[in-house]
Amino acid sequence: MTPLLETRGVWQRFGGLVANSDVSISVGRGEIVGLIGPNGAGKSTLFNLIAGVLPPTQGSIWFDGEDVTRMPAAERCQRGVGRTFQVVKSFETMTVIDNVIVGALVRNTVMREARRKAHEVLEFTGLAARADVLASDLVPAEKRRLEVARALATEPKLLLLDEVLTGLTPTEAQTGVALVRKVRDAGITVLMVEHVMEIVMPLVDRAIVLDLGKVLVEGKPADVVRDPKVISAYLGDRHAQRA
Amino acid sequence: MMDKDFAARRRRDLIIAAVLAAIAALTPLFVKDVVVQNILILTLMYAGLSQSWNILSGYCGQISLGHALYFGLGAYTTELLFTKFGVLPWFGMLAGGVVSALIAMGLGYPFFRLRGHYFVIATIVIAEIGLLLFHNWEWAGAAMGITIPIRGDSWLKFQFLRTKLPYFYFALALCCLAWFVTWWLENSKWGFWWRAVKDNPDAAESLGVDVFNSKMGAAAVSAFLVAVGGSFYAQFVSYIDPESVMGFQFSLLMALPAVLGGIGTLWGPVLGAAILIPLTELTRFKFGGSGRGVDLIVYGTLIVLISLALPRGLLSLFSRPKKTGAAR
Repeated sequence: MTPLLETRGVWQRFGGLVANSDVSISVGRGEIVGLIGPNGAGKSTLFNLIAGVLPPTQGSIWFDGEDVTRMPAAERCQRGVGRTFQVVKSFETMTVIDNVIVGALVRNTVMREARRKAHEVLEFTGLAARADVLASDLVPAEKRRLEVARALATEPKLLLLDEVLTGLTPTEAQTGVALVRKVRDAGITVLMVEHVMEIVMPLVDRAIVLDLGKVLVEGKPADVVRDPKVISAYLGDRHAQRA
Repeated sequence: MMDKDFAARRRRDLIIAAVLAAIAALTPLFVKDVVVQNILILTLMYAGLSQSWNILSGYCGQISLGHALYFGLGAYTTELLFTKFGVLPWFGMLAGGVVSALIAMGLGYPFFRLRGHYFVIATIVIAEIGLLLFHNWEWAGAAMGITIPIRGDSWLKFQFLRTKLPYFYFALALCCLAWFVTWWLENSKWGFWWRAVKDNPDAAESLGVDVFNSKMGAAAVSAFLVAVGGSFYAQFVSYIDPESVMGFQFSLLMALPAVLGGIGTLWGPVLGAAILIPLTELTRFKFGGSGRGVDLIVYGTLIVLISLALPRGLLSLFSRPKKTGAAR
């Protein structure tokens, strides 16, 4: 079976800066894959290429057996790519339920059905009690959850999570981890960018480590964290030799 | 449960609107004074115009200070068709709406790529260009304008000398139409898309919203309704020239009631117009006919006060306090 998502030899240059060089990764159906790496490794760039914010300089991106390299973000969403933003982008003047309805309208043209779907998603994500509150009145952890809820309302096949667990308190992060598991159990494939290793590693089935725009290592989380190349990328060569 | 609350609120809005419209429809029974009738007609017209402006600028967030262009296009299309080809104003009104909607989309094609202040500047400039073109367009009467031939009271030609009532009822109908279109679109895919585009276009795009076409749709609806208002105004004053239907003051008079009452809200434009227009007309009446300065001073003062004290408009005084604080 073809993987759900595949990047083939993707390059992204910004002027003289090479943010991604020859990145080929694949995400299988039903997996939780972690995309990790130190700051400036090119994670966010790759993430944005997959979400369709901009097309890559070179290479191609395949989703569900289809070449989506030049497809705009809105169309990718219709094909089944949902995403969150690292810096939350709630619709601040709208209520929580209205935020989610925007997402639900992708697959429900009748308003009543979109509203029902949105309520369902709020139940699923634990935001039901906050449905009628303005998004601007949510606390940061709730805003993160709203990002996930909105994306889930589009009924994605692939959910792209951009550092949804970063900057949360340990309790909030645990709730977040539980939510990601629940999402996967609902049959949705997850690709998540994180740079806090200790949170992601127990959660993901497979980790892909980027460094300096290239895929450094890829494999089971337990193997990846012990890999000298990864340790050196995060902590420097001295630590790698000791390990 | 919450769905029921929501449906009840929508129904309540509709009932309030029906009651207000009924009350408004009865006012001519008590108000016989022509000056007051005139003020009522203008108030209703600007309420309708501002409501239409609010669709593009309030809901969809694309602030236009060039809607005078569509107002003028409505007026000119109707009167050119009437005086040159004998087309009845009722058809001219529709034609004006369609022309304006098409031009709005044609202009949107390049300009909806601009964001924020740059878009606002473009709308002002385009409306000024339109004004200059009409100033120099001989066939359309150039700076002399067009005088609409009056041949007595007629519903067919929509002109009345002896009474202002038909104009009053048309203005009321226009206001109700613009309100109803807003009410209806508010709870539709378009309404949600527009608010999403206003709040955060990038997030909207990621949720499958067609940002560009959302703006185009809002512009077309907004321009169509404003042009119908322009057609009406031309019939009402029975003489048009570029300044008197396409001047910058119209762009302001469409934006200000919405801003005053509450931009991007269902009731803001009506509330704003109900306060602002009588105030303007009365100051103009009290301080002399050509006293264009005084009414502008009144606007200016009001806008400064509102933006300082209630940046979300007068309606924010009535909105229920939202539950705040954390709940996990």
